[in-house]
Amino acid sequence: MRGALVPVLTVVAVIIAIWYAAVIPVNSQWVLDQAGRAGVEVSTAELVRETLSQDRPRLPAPHQVGAEMWNSTFVEEWRGPQGLMNTGTLSPRSLFWHAWVTLSATLVGFGIGTGLGILLAVGIVHNRAMDLSVMPWAIASQTIPIIAIAPMIIVVLNAVGVTGLIPKAIISAYLSFFPVVVGMVTGLRSPDAMQLDLMKTYNASRPEVFAKLRWPSSMPYLFASLKVGIAAALIGAIVGELPTGAVAGLGARLLSGSYYGQTIQIWAALFAAAIVAAGMVAIVGAIQRYTLRRMGMQQ
Amino acid sequence: MSESTVIEARDLGLTFETNDGPVHALKDVNLTIGKGEFVSFIGPSGCGKTTFLRVVADLEQPTAGAITVNGMSPAEARRARAYGYVFQAPGLYPWRTIARNVKLPLEIMGYDRAEQARRVADVLELVELEGFENKFPWQLSGGMQQRASIARALAFDADILLMDEPFGALDEIVRDRLNEQLLALWRRTEKTIGFVTHSIPEAVYLSTRIVVMSPRPGRITDVIDSPLPAERPLEIRDSQAFIEVAHRVREGLREGLADAV
Repeated sequence: MRGALVPVLTVVAVIIAIWYAAVIPVNSQWVLDQAGRAGVEVSTAELVRETLSQDRPRLPAPHQVGAEMWNSTFVEEWRGPQGLMNTGTLSPRSLFWHAWVTLSATLVGFGIGTGLGILLAVGIVHNRAMDLSVMPWAIASQTIPIIAIAPMIIVVLNAVGVTGLIPKAIISAYLSFFPVVVGMVTGLRSPDAMQLDLMKTYNASRPEVFAKLRWPSSMPYLFASLKVGIAAALIGAIVGELPTGAVAGLGARLLSGSYYGQTIQIWAALFAAAIVAAGMVAIVGAIQRYTLRRMGMQQ
Repeated sequence: MSESTVIEARDLGLTFETNDGPVHALKDVNLTIGKGEFVSFIGPSGCGKTTFLRVVADLEQPTAGAITVNGMSPAEARRARAYGYVFQAPGLYPWRTIARNVKLPLEIMGYDRAEQARRVADVLELVELEGFENKFPWQLSGGMQQRASIARALAFDADILLMDEPFGALDEIVRDRLNEQLLALWRRTEKTIGFVTHSIPEAVYLSTRIVVMSPRPGRITDVIDSPLPAERPLEIRDSQAFIEVAHRVREGLREGLADAV
């Protein structure tokens, strides 16, 4: 890990430099228009300073996004009237709260999606009818744009009285089951003919072949799928928050930001989502390393 | 069928239907293997030696003739766990330690924990792998892995051991050592062994009987009873008797190929 620090920081520095370089031309038109209307000339130095400190820039500068994230997390919870220090609960204005709303739906959806994905994969591997019938439907399900189907899921579930976390979790599950199915079908089929013959010579039953051969063989595939699946689950939860009328969650934060032209808020929510995703992928990766090391598999 | 007959094949045939027409993997194979014999099957690829072993193990179904294993059909014998099978590759599970790999068949066959531990210790001692119980397969050399897979096949103490080119992928020096160990193991356990190989010295050194086979169709061309004594140091390979048997095997192989072409 230590060896990776320098390259990683270098890449981050380059990205921030490109970002700053892009901010000036993208935002300068507005500054020039303002100056033109007021009938004043702007110097290059003023132009640069102005483009980096607008309230509603087309492209916020990195430090503006950083400040917004800081203010809407720690500062809000520390000083805000509804913050953690004053009320003992997370402030509904803080990114922590919104991130938690999204994260909880993501985790529930990811759990459902993973469970469903594994069950379908087990069925596909063991049952010829399922093998022929399920996979085309699973693939078809993923060709429908989630942005089109998410509002319908929300509306239909609303009509039967299911609101809040569950509809979002179902959209998460809808996106995250697929990589798990694909990965686990491959993983459960990964034992070669010789290993299956060996089990046959022991007169092992199908549940025994599954428990002692197919399941352990599929572990590397499972973890690879989980990493894709959890990222997909987060996207599902965020998309699921868009049609709920922008009440809560990172998706709501994105939507209200775009309603009111709060580009800094949008970017802060985007980064919050990226941090949540990176954290979840890192946790899955840690569990993967622990599990595979315990299974004696070389990393 | 005498009291001591373990495997008996009569007019056994197996034809695979392929897109290029039928392939006669085995044709009119007649063979009787008695208890405690060490029988090698030798021949060029496509002669059906592996197929015959797989028919005995109920991994392939014959299309003609009859075969019994311990007086039963191969399927019944397999369900009765009559044989241990050693494949060309060790096929150890990478996520299990050596001890737990050997334990695998015992878990499936429902031995209790104390009995599992006892048998694992016994067979690992038999293949000289004591001290490697908690190593993972990748920490062992190829020869040691193959020994572990033999231990796994021995763990449930079936009377028959079927070995399909178990040492084919190993170098000459390791192979010599494993051949010696296998002979010692065979004498100690008095098992009936069916051994597929494409090495003439290996077949002659190990066997009490050598079955020479030839391809297209896969059939037996010669069965040689070895005149070599039961006690066989490696040096026996330089003796006149050994050389004569090896010569006869080579002649048999050559004739088999001659009438196929």
